[in-house]
Amino acid sequence: MAVRVSMKINGKAASAEVEERTLLVTFLRETLRLTGTHVGCDTAQCGACTIHLNGRAVKSCSMLAMQAEGGDILTIEGVATADGTLHPMQAAFKEHHGLQCGFCTPGMVMNAIDFAKANPHPSEQQIREALEGNLCRCTGYHNIVKAIAAGARAMATS
Amino acid sequence: MGAPLIGARIARKEDYRFLTGAGQYTDDVTLPGQTYGAFVRSPHAHAKIKSINSTKAKAAKGVLAVYTGEDVAAAKLGGLPCGWLITDVDGQPMKEPPHPILAQGKVRYVGDHVALVVAETQSQARDAAELVEVDYETLPAVVNASKARAKGAPVLHDIAPDNTCYVWALGDKAAVDAAFAKAAHVTKLEFVNNRLIPNAIEPRAANGSYSRADESYTLYVANQNPHVERLLMTAFVMGLPEHKVRVVAGDVGGGFGSKIYLYAEDVAVTWAAKQINRPVKWTADRSESYVSDAHGRDHHTVAEMALDKDGKFLAMRVKTTANLGAYLSTFASCVPTILYATLLAGQYTTPLIHCEVTSVFTNTAPVDAYRGAGRPEATYVVERLVETAAREMKIDPAEIRRRNFIRSFPYQTPVALLYDTGNYDATLDAAIKMADVAGYAARKAESTRRGKLRGIGYAAYIEACGIAPSAVAGSLGARAGLFEAGEIRVHPTGSVTVFTGSHSHGQGHETTFAQVVADRLGMAIENVDIVHGDTSKILFGMGTYGSRSIAVGGTAIMKALDKIIAKGKKIAAHLMEAAETDVEYDRGVYTVKGTDKKKMFGEVAFAAYVPHNYPHDKLEPGLNENAFYDPSNFTFPAGTYVCEVEIDPDTGTTKVERFTAVDDFGKIINPMIVDGQVHGGLAQGIGQALTEGCQYDDASGQLVTGSFMDYCIPRADDLPSFQVDTRETPCTHNPLGVKGCGEAGAIGSPAALMNAITDAIGAKDLAMPATPQNVWRALQNRKAA
Repeated sequence: MAVRVSMKINGKAASAEVEERTLLVTFLRETLRLTGTHVGCDTAQCGACTIHLNGRAVKSCSMLAMQAEGGDILTIEGVATADGTLHPMQAAFKEHHGLQCGFCTPGMVMNAIDFAKANPHPSEQQIREALEGNLCRCTGYHNIVKAIAAGARAMATS
Repeated sequence: MGAPLIGARIARKEDYRFLTGAGQYTDDVTLPGQTYGAFVRSPHAHAKIKSINSTKAKAAKGVLAVYTGEDVAAAKLGGLPCGWLITDVDGQPMKEPPHPILAQGKVRYVGDHVALVVAETQSQARDAAELVEVDYETLPAVVNASKARAKGAPVLHDIAPDNTCYVWALGDKAAVDAAFAKAAHVTKLEFVNNRLIPNAIEPRAANGSYSRADESYTLYVANQNPHVERLLMTAFVMGLPEHKVRVVAGDVGGGFGSKIYLYAEDVAVTWAAKQINRPVKWTADRSESYVSDAHGRDHHTVAEMALDKDGKFLAMRVKTTANLGAYLSTFASCVPTILYATLLAGQYTTPLIHCEVTSVFTNTAPVDAYRGAGRPEATYVVERLVETAAREMKIDPAEIRRRNFIRSFPYQTPVALLYDTGNYDATLDAAIKMADVAGYAARKAESTRRGKLRGIGYAAYIEACGIAPSAVAGSLGARAGLFEAGEIRVHPTGSVTVFTGSHSHGQGHETTFAQVVADRLGMAIENVDIVHGDTSKILFGMGTYGSRSIAVGGTAIMKALDKIIAKGKKIAAHLMEAAETDVEYDRGVYTVKGTDKKKMFGEVAFAAYVPHNYPHDKLEPGLNENAFYDPSNFTFPAGTYVCEVEIDPDTGTTKVERFTAVDDFGKIINPMIVDGQVHGGLAQGIGQALTEGCQYDDASGQLVTGSFMDYCIPRADDLPSFQVDTRETPCTHNPLGVKGCGEAGAIGSPAALMNAITDAIGAKDLAMPATPQNVWRALQNRKAA
């Protein structure tokens, strides 16, 4: 059965009819064509689908679109400013070579921004633990850890 | 003319799109009229297909078609080809069983492709796939390579009644045996190089479409070498002319080898698109990737090293059984042979080496190249033997390596390769210093005080990169050329588009290659764009694998640049009214010897496209050149890795305390990107040694490690921060002096880590992965003994 879901996405209202079983990530990718949010697994391990729902990082593969009804969603497409300037966390990933193939990157950035809000001066160990739910196969995490430390600092001072 | 760009740590041009969600991976492409495919896969490791009933599936909501083996047979689709012919020791060609696009009467591994369901939506396709009724008669299965040749083992293919694809050998066995007979010391190890599942974070995906208007196909696919994909698909499987097929591999989310190959799914969706006259997209979910992507490694090896009383290596004898899985994947046959046995000399002067490889079929997913491909397996053999020999003979592990290093180049190894250059002392010495080996004893004492076990291990690896020259590869059985192509298109106002046959799926070519071109043309890197991954734009390409992109693809670009600069010189000579022989070129500026006359490259480019004052009698207008480059040799990156671990004897947990990697990649274009490649390789190698191990159940042939929860690719807190550095011994046979850096980390690290763990726990050997359970059990066994 189809249901209507409505929510705010990257500051704009969005509404569509979807099958009840539609995952939030499917709604974003297929219905709204916001393909920056990725799907890397089917067991909620990889975190490539991480978005912000009402200001908190969540895995959009692990909830139904219906569960986000009325919510305020931020995806990777909405992170940079309107003029295209990168968010300090995005800029830190670029500066520190925190991405290679780019597939896990949107989820990494979304998780990192949420983490840095609560941890403006994280230790390396805190960052590594915070990445438990985000898998990267390219970077060995070395530069992601550096990027998040720098991004958190930049967010704290901006 | 700005600062030199070669060697500069420049942030990547491609990052902005990836950081803002603007990347275009295969699953992001949705075409007008898009339909979705889902594959029915075998739940059994080995079974006869008695019948398939698609009636219910065909009647399900949204379903457009269901295709089975009968349909692809009727359409005369060929099977998937293998690109490398290995010749058996008895002179016979390897056994090449058919590898059908959809199963023909039998399935041979869990995940084998049985039927394709096409529907209006992905969920409809997946729902209907569950309605396809396949009546199987299950057969006994064999998953373990060492059991595949046993008497009475289940037979996968009629043409290989002993499940053997080939027995292959390299080296002088009699001479090796004679050297062992005289040796003062023999070190022997028997181990398994554990089977791995590549797990690029982007699952495989393919979106095929067909246009009746011009009878052409387009395939968007997550692939590392679109021209090879097209060649194999058109010439060997579908019987189509290449000019009617376009393959696009845009942004690809990691490959590590697993996206080199032509897979059945790629063919099936392309073929189906014509049948229903609508595009068909299939995207694997992770569970599907686990069972159906080509796996890596899976060797069972007995290795021996003969030494004289001073620790000089006299000979090596290696016998390996390699698991190829159920069918031959695209390059499966060359990985445990050509890319393995030829590397067994390592960095050493070992004069005699013999290696025998028996490759077998089992009821498991096909096995093919995975980051390093044969070279990690070879390094593991050599470096575990060397370290073990050093311990047995009570020689310092660095010292035993120094006693055996090759120091005179070029060096002909006894296993076919000719090393052009190297400086193994430089990387060993630097690694020892960087790893603070001098402070190790104090750190170990401190660990001991806390009740922990500390160990240190070395690995000095070598690899052969470039995967070329074609003539050599051809003589060894390659069925393809192994060159690379590049094209430089200079635009009238002086900016440049470069088309390369190399493919970037994380390696940063859009930056590295732009640095090379911009540096040579004396322009800002912003004025150079790199295009890759589309057969309709690139003249040809062999793609990216074997750390070949900069050494082979980069050189093709350099050769095209030479032609651009040479033509520009003729134009500049005309403009400056000078003899061509008097014109000199340096990074964007043409000058006339002994005068102050000069023309900028941009002025010359403009003249080529607005040829008002132009040597029309001698030259065509325009400035656009291409080049093909076929190297004269492999390149030989090498380095030394030092790993230090601390083990908790109560839990068996291993912590990698320090990991130091010093590599010699020759000349480096962008050290930031090179460091990143090493980090990623190290993570995969450490994963192999510590956390990753593909397991099939012996009795049922089911994949036990079929998700991120059961097969552990390293998380951030499984890994340390790495200490990496490089030394530069330029490659002697390419103009950039580059060697390649993509696989080194994965090649050298498993041996270094296992050498450290065995040192810590005082064991001669331990199976990978050294999970807490494996380590703890080894410690208990030692206690009991």
